[in-house]
Amino acid sequence: MAISIEDVEHVAKLARLALTDEEKETFRRQLSDVLEHARIISEVDTTDVPPTSHTLPLVNVFREDRARPSLPPDEVTRNAPWAENGAFRVPRII
Amino acid sequence: MDLIFSDALEIAGLIKKKELTAVEAAEAFLARIDAVEPEVAAFINVFADTARRRAAQIDAGLAAGEDPGPFAGVPIAIKDVLSTRGFPTTCGSRMLEDFVPVYDATAVERLKDAGTVMLGKANMDEFAMGSSTENSYFGPTRNPWDLERVPGGSSGGSAAAVAAGEAPWALGSDTGGSIRQPAALCGIVGMKPTYGLVSRYGLVAFASSLDQVGPMARSVRDCSALLGLIAGHDPRDTTSITEAPVDYLAGLTGNVKGLKAGVVKELSSEGIQPGVLESFNATIETLGRMGVDCAEVSLPSFEYALSAYYLIAPAEASSNLARFDGVRYGYRSGTEGEDVWEMYDRTRAEGFGGEVKRRIMLGTYALSAGYYDAYYAQAQKIRTLIVRDYARAWGSFDLLVSPTSPSTAFKLGEKVDDPLTMYLSDICTIPVNLAGIPALSLPCGLSDGLPVGFQLMGPPLSEMKMLDLAYALERELGFEARPPAL
Amino acid sequence: MKYETVIGLEIHAELNTRSKMFCGCATAFGGAPNTSTCPVCLGHPGVLPVANREAVAGTMMLGLALNCEITPRSVFHRKNYFYPDMPKNFQISQYDIPLTRNGFLEVEMEGYVRRVGITRVHLEEDTGKSVHIGESGRIHGAEFSLEDFNRAGIPLAEIVSEPDLRSPEEARAFVQLLRAILEYLDISDCKMEEGSLRCDANISIAVDGRMGTKVEIKNMNSFRSLSRALSYEEERQRFAIERKEALVQETRHWDDAAGKTHPLRSKEEAFDYRYFPEPDLVPIEPDPAWVDELRGRLPELPQDRLRRFREQYGLSGEIALMLTGEKALADYFERAVDAGQDPVELAKWIAGDLVALLREAVVPIQSCPVGPRGLGELVALVAQRVISGKMAKDVLREAFETGKGPYEIVEEKGLSLIADSGELESVVDGVIAENPDAAGDMRSGKEQALKFLMGQVMKKTRGQASPELASELIKKKLSG
Ligand SMILES: [Mg+2]
Ligand SMILES: [Zn+2]
Repeated sequence: MAISIEDVEHVAKLARLALTDEEKETFRRQLSDVLEHARIISEVDTTDVPPTSHTLPLVNVFREDRARPSLPPDEVTRNAPWAENGAFRVPRII
Repeated sequence: MDLIFSDALEIAGLIKKKELTAVEAAEAFLARIDAVEPEVAAFINVFADTARRRAAQIDAGLAAGEDPGPFAGVPIAIKDVLSTRGFPTTCGSRMLEDFVPVYDATAVERLKDAGTVMLGKANMDEFAMGSSTENSYFGPTRNPWDLERVPGGSSGGSAAAVAAGEAPWALGSDTGGSIRQPAALCGIVGMKPTYGLVSRYGLVAFASSLDQVGPMARSVRDCSALLGLIAGHDPRDTTSITEAPVDYLAGLTGNVKGLKAGVVKELSSEGIQPGVLESFNATIETLGRMGVDCAEVSLPSFEYALSAYYLIAPAEASSNLARFDGVRYGYRSGTEGEDVWEMYDRTRAEGFGGEVKRRIMLGTYALSAGYYDAYYAQAQKIRTLIVRDYARAWGSFDLLVSPTSPSTAFKLGEKVDDPLTMYLSDICTIPVNLAGIPALSLPCGLSDGLPVGFQLMGPPLSEMKMLDLAYALERELGFEARPPAL
Repeated sequence: MKYETVIGLEIHAELNTRSKMFCGCATAFGGAPNTSTCPVCLGHPGVLPVANREAVAGTMMLGLALNCEITPRSVFHRKNYFYPDMPKNFQISQYDIPLTRNGFLEVEMEGYVRRVGITRVHLEEDTGKSVHIGESGRIHGAEFSLEDFNRAGIPLAEIVSEPDLRSPEEARAFVQLLRAILEYLDISDCKMEEGSLRCDANISIAVDGRMGTKVEIKNMNSFRSLSRALSYEEERQRFAIERKEALVQETRHWDDAAGKTHPLRSKEEAFDYRYFPEPDLVPIEPDPAWVDELRGRLPELPQDRLRRFREQYGLSGEIALMLTGEKALADYFERAVDAGQDPVELAKWIAGDLVALLREAVVPIQSCPVGPRGLGELVALVAQRVISGKMAKDVLREAFETGKGPYEIVEEKGLSLIADSGELESVVDGVIAENPDAAGDMRSGKEQALKFLMGQVMKKTRGQASPELASELIKKKLSG
């Protein structure tokens, strides 16, 4: 399963990764290899095989609706690259 | 006696009997760290001063007749993927180089309550993605048995630290073999518990449906004790199971006569290094002598496990790692660009290493419109087939066995440029994670002077039985886990 | 050519649980930025979500109220996309297996009932808020934005309707009824202005039954803007169709100030949400006992109460709709009825003068200075002819402003109708003497003169004359 540079660029956009042209080509090649190898699974007949997203038998795990103390403000922004009066500052969105 | 190569249990006993102080214990390991770190580089951060201070507090507590916990003063290394309040937690990534968590992982909390002393945070492949610890932003860790070789990964730092006597035991995490494979390559015991037995709260997620925290130690008894400390229900983890805790240490009997072990054909024939196969087969014979009857079993779906894993794990990872965007914490590109989208793109391009980007790309692709059914959904069905193959095996076997890794420790740089070959080093360990079952790697001998790992696999929550067999086998094999290189 | 407007709605309602959907942070509205956040709702590395039982229960109750089936086994999915107000850059939501689905809601319109299919009601988490800094104060032209995650993780019920609505009026009525249902269930504050109730719409024009191009409208923050936006869009699309202009399937943003919708284009948004089952949460399989318990907790719903008010109290559709549209108002009405006065009269007073006074003073009915008994007194005073309807209006206002009871006020002011014919007769004679022309007209059978003379009588008696008696006397004296 060979994928194109356009595929790589589309995926990079979804994943929010800036890639150099070399990286695009490397990933194009490497992803193609891995997907090629993955093709063997598409040959397996899985009609009426249910998917497993969890190996646990658990269902209905809830917490009660009780409020707990939140973080003190200094801890909220302790690791923030750019905080401004308690909020996180980001460049313009549009 | 040689403190740095003593079991955690011995050290705990000496401290209880007041024949050793927590400070002495800490100093001994900190001295060893000073001595070998330049070569081994098992740690990303060593917290010498806080370790000394905590050890002193514990000694004071003991002197005052308090009970600072069953493992008061016993040093430990923690993989840098577990959140430690007030201590940097980098996940081996530039993205979190300066990140200091505001909360403790549940496993870390329980180790604190037990009185252990954290020496430092162990090196790892970035965000646990790798099998050699070469994918760490902070540089590779070297195998104490041969410094030219990798310790395996992604918990290579934890494995190397324990093997090199820098810590008596350590915590690792295992998503596709990240505890067992480095344990095998470094000649120590490592266990991946049943999915849900150990809380994942505070374990920085790689692939949420596969990740488990687990013990790494120099002996099965230590491994059992450490598992006992971290296992048990946690309301903060919805996927944490509610079964009553087990005293694994007390449960070790060494009495394994009549156990049935299945030798997994698909994991113990082609693609396995001859030397590895040799000591694996020798170990099967040992088991026979011990009264364990071993027979071959075939689990055909395993042929597809690797491919399924390398779709499922990256898919979950692509979502789990989306939160690293330079807004609330972590690295942010110095050149923000003209809008938030450029800031994201640059921050993530600069903050993540090659392997992480590769898996994010792969996972994003596998989930994207038009490919979901062919890749992710199909992989989830393969997962069902693997669960079924195991279930069938439990009908006739108590446990399954295989080599832990197809090869012994390989050379640094040998596979780093070839993802696919690197991925193949997880071939024996991956099916276990896909099925959510427990597995353990025990050193079973040397091949050309390098440790070989023997893997035990069992049905969900069969940890006790598995540890007991490992305990008996360990005594039979008498493996001396002490690397000559250092 | 026959045009038919086709509208479907997607409504997000913030649930009024004490704590957030997946963590224990309080769900307080307002507050300084990020003061109600924790590692979980900030998406710190290593955290895990744990679902809030009450949020699940509330969503199931809403589903039941909308005649939905409760899905035997539902799961959460991750909706993946990057946005600065998203702590994890994915939203925990539900995808192909929502908590509840396949329901309907019947909306009473003038003269007909519109049955609207409910595709699904599912549960998800809210995002944070971006404050855009820059002279425009809006996202366009902002220099930067400040992210506040107090709202991030608040439980949201998402209600998706079938495209069964046929006009902006129906859409508005549907949302108003839904809002009333949420209020009756007491699971949401439903404040559109505060954003606790948000509405997006799909609208298209079918021509001779052929499906038109679907356009999604966002940012309608009030009932008024909902109607305006949909009417505008309806016009825009009809106009385009008439001019044979092609419509694009797109998302358009309602600009309330400009009174227009415009395309919402963000060069960066690539729409591929890559939904997959949330591995950190386990499936929900509500056992029948739980569902029955929730069904038992359902109160009488506004649509049922509306029907009952019409039948039991003989109220007009319009007044009944107004009263039942707000639970507290309907409760007030029924408490007043219990006090023993005529329901129709009480309803008129509430829907009329009382609501006007409340709006004027911006007071909620719950804290109305005139209680249900007070209103009962007022209606009684009029019924017993102690005061006239006109006087009653003033009494009500005074009662509203002073908090005094109507009886008390009438006492103090010595208000009463002059019902004694002797006393009134002299007044009438005086009026006739002073207005010979009108009197003449009256004699020559010009009935409209009566109105004038009555007015004069009322003037002289400061409104206290019994209208019936006065007109009787005038007629008697002037019948030619
Ligand atoms: Mg939604
Ligand atoms: Zn929170």
